[in-house]
Amino acid sequence: MKLFKNLLDSVKPHFEEGGKLEKYYPVYDGFATFLFTPGHTAHSGAHVRDAIDLKRTMVTVIFAMVPALLFGMWNAGNLHYSALGLAESMTFMDKFLWGAIKIVPMVVVSYAVGLGVEFIFCIIKKHQIQEGFLVSGMLIPLIMPIDIPLWMLAISVVFAVVIGKEVFGGTGMNILNPALTARAFAFFAYPSYMSGDKVWINTSTAEGQSVVDGFSGATVLGDLATSGTTQYSVMDMFLGFIPGSVGETSTLAILIGAIVLIWTGIGSWRIMLSGVIGAVVMGLIFNTFAEYAISPEQQAFMAVPFWQQLIMGGFAFGIVFMATDPVSAAQTQRGKWIYGFLVGFFAIMIRVFNPAYPEGIMLAILFMNVMAPLIDHYVIQANINKRKKRLATVKAA
Amino acid sequence: MAEVKEAVEVKKEREPLFSKKNRKLITDPLDDSNPITVQVLGICSALAITVKLYPALVMSISVLFVLGAGNVIISLMRNYIPNRIRIIVQLVVVASLVILVDQVLKAYVYDVSKELSVFVGLIITNCIIMGRFEAFALGNGPWKSFLDGVGNAFGYAWILLAVAFFRELLGSGQLFGVQVIPESWYLSNGGFYSDNGLMLLPPMALITVGIIIWVQRSRNKELIEDN
Repeated sequence: MKLFKNLLDSVKPHFEEGGKLEKYYPVYDGFATFLFTPGHTAHSGAHVRDAIDLKRTMVTVIFAMVPALLFGMWNAGNLHYSALGLAESMTFMDKFLWGAIKIVPMVVVSYAVGLGVEFIFCIIKKHQIQEGFLVSGMLIPLIMPIDIPLWMLAISVVFAVVIGKEVFGGTGMNILNPALTARAFAFFAYPSYMSGDKVWINTSTAEGQSVVDGFSGATVLGDLATSGTTQYSVMDMFLGFIPGSVGETSTLAILIGAIVLIWTGIGSWRIMLSGVIGAVVMGLIFNTFAEYAISPEQQAFMAVPFWQQLIMGGFAFGIVFMATDPVSAAQTQRGKWIYGFLVGFFAIMIRVFNPAYPEGIMLAILFMNVMAPLIDHYVIQANINKRKKRLATVKAA
Repeated sequence: MAEVKEAVEVKKEREPLFSKKNRKLITDPLDDSNPITVQVLGICSALAITVKLYPALVMSISVLFVLGAGNVIISLMRNYIPNRIRIIVQLVVVASLVILVDQVLKAYVYDVSKELSVFVGLIITNCIIMGRFEAFALGNGPWKSFLDGVGNAFGYAWILLAVAFFRELLGSGQLFGVQVIPESWYLSNGGFYSDNGLMLLPPMALITVGIIIWVQRSRNKELIEDN
């Protein structure tokens, strides 16, 4: 620590006014406040001084994502070796390392590109660096398929940071969740690398290896949409031994993250709970009306027990880590209930009704992000009207 | 009194064809009062037909013709149009011109005409055209109206072509239908590249126009509305 402090102090004069690198002060400031609590204090008004600031909040969310990340690394290796019929002969570490070698570059690219763009914008706008990207940078690799080319990932990140965030004024101003913006961009721009049954499991073979007979790389949702059945058991889905985006498969690992988020008060339990309720309601509606489906496959999909919808695909990951994004979600307490409920509701509706978009949660959250200010507006308006009415009755009496 | 009137008329005749004022009629719509990026008119066709450069070019030429000719016609008729029915008269003029354009396109560039489909017909409702008729041609002489019409059509055209350039290049790797990005770069041929499918969808046209507006306003701060 002392080393960092000395280093920072020694370069500080260059970045201050009149220094050679004055233009790059935001970069210096970003690093300095990342390592140490900033020394400056508020100049006016009453302020609460707390250990938690934006950076600490962000870091907590990243900690909450670590179980999903680590499981994703192992799972990627496990699925890869299973596809080659080598799952038994490989050790735990072999699988984990194989996954890590694939996933660490994704994380590095995501952070390097995203922070690079943010730094450039901060220097142009002469802002302090805002650390909104710390979480997005980790989320983006977790919601991409393992086989996505890194340059596609990089372009998606650039798009998400520039169009999803900076055009609206940077961190805290964005309408859409940047991580999901990146995924939506990649999904529509490069559909053949983001959906289907080829991209979720890496089947590259070394010499002497071959893919086993009867191998299918389809996700649970992909299976259900095309045939109405899936080869994976409920336990597989819950623990996460299924194909899917890197971090989304294990509901268990995500639940651990959810507990961290709720316990520290950073993620809104209202959104998570109401999201689950929304999904359950939509699941029950489908269960009830399954016989009216337009095709046998859809009938089978609709008849899937409602609680299984919660552990398939990216629903759990989306509702825990992305629907709860404090910037793009609804801000009012009652608004959060409505927002969460509709996210869950639409997520299940989209994934069942439209097989072309198996990942309903992505579109549901983006849609509700756009609607969130509207929800807040009506919640506040309703409250104002209620109090006006109360005032009127008090005056009348 | 008569003397004064004469003097004014003489002065008018003396104004050169491309006086500074007249030149401004052409150059202004290219940048500071661009119909698409500043007045935000004609967005509909900018989104719909900018997937490829060629249709965008044909569309631009069509609008150039309709707007230039229409402005002159309206300007010539401006003293005879009863105020109450002026919109109907304007519509009749622009509709006749658009039908003319449509027939020519069908006769000579049938493929493009099919691709543009309803959007040729929809030039009638293109806000830029009605806007120029109302705002300019009704109050100015034919030459000025012509310059104004051509200027606005060029303003419309360059945005259209700029958007179409990026959409065609990034969306299908071509320019005017000619493959620009080498085939060997594509993943299917063992390379690393893949076309960006989102560029072919209308949302990306909107975002591209948005980026042009962004660049323009960061260069010229006067265009930024305060709110």
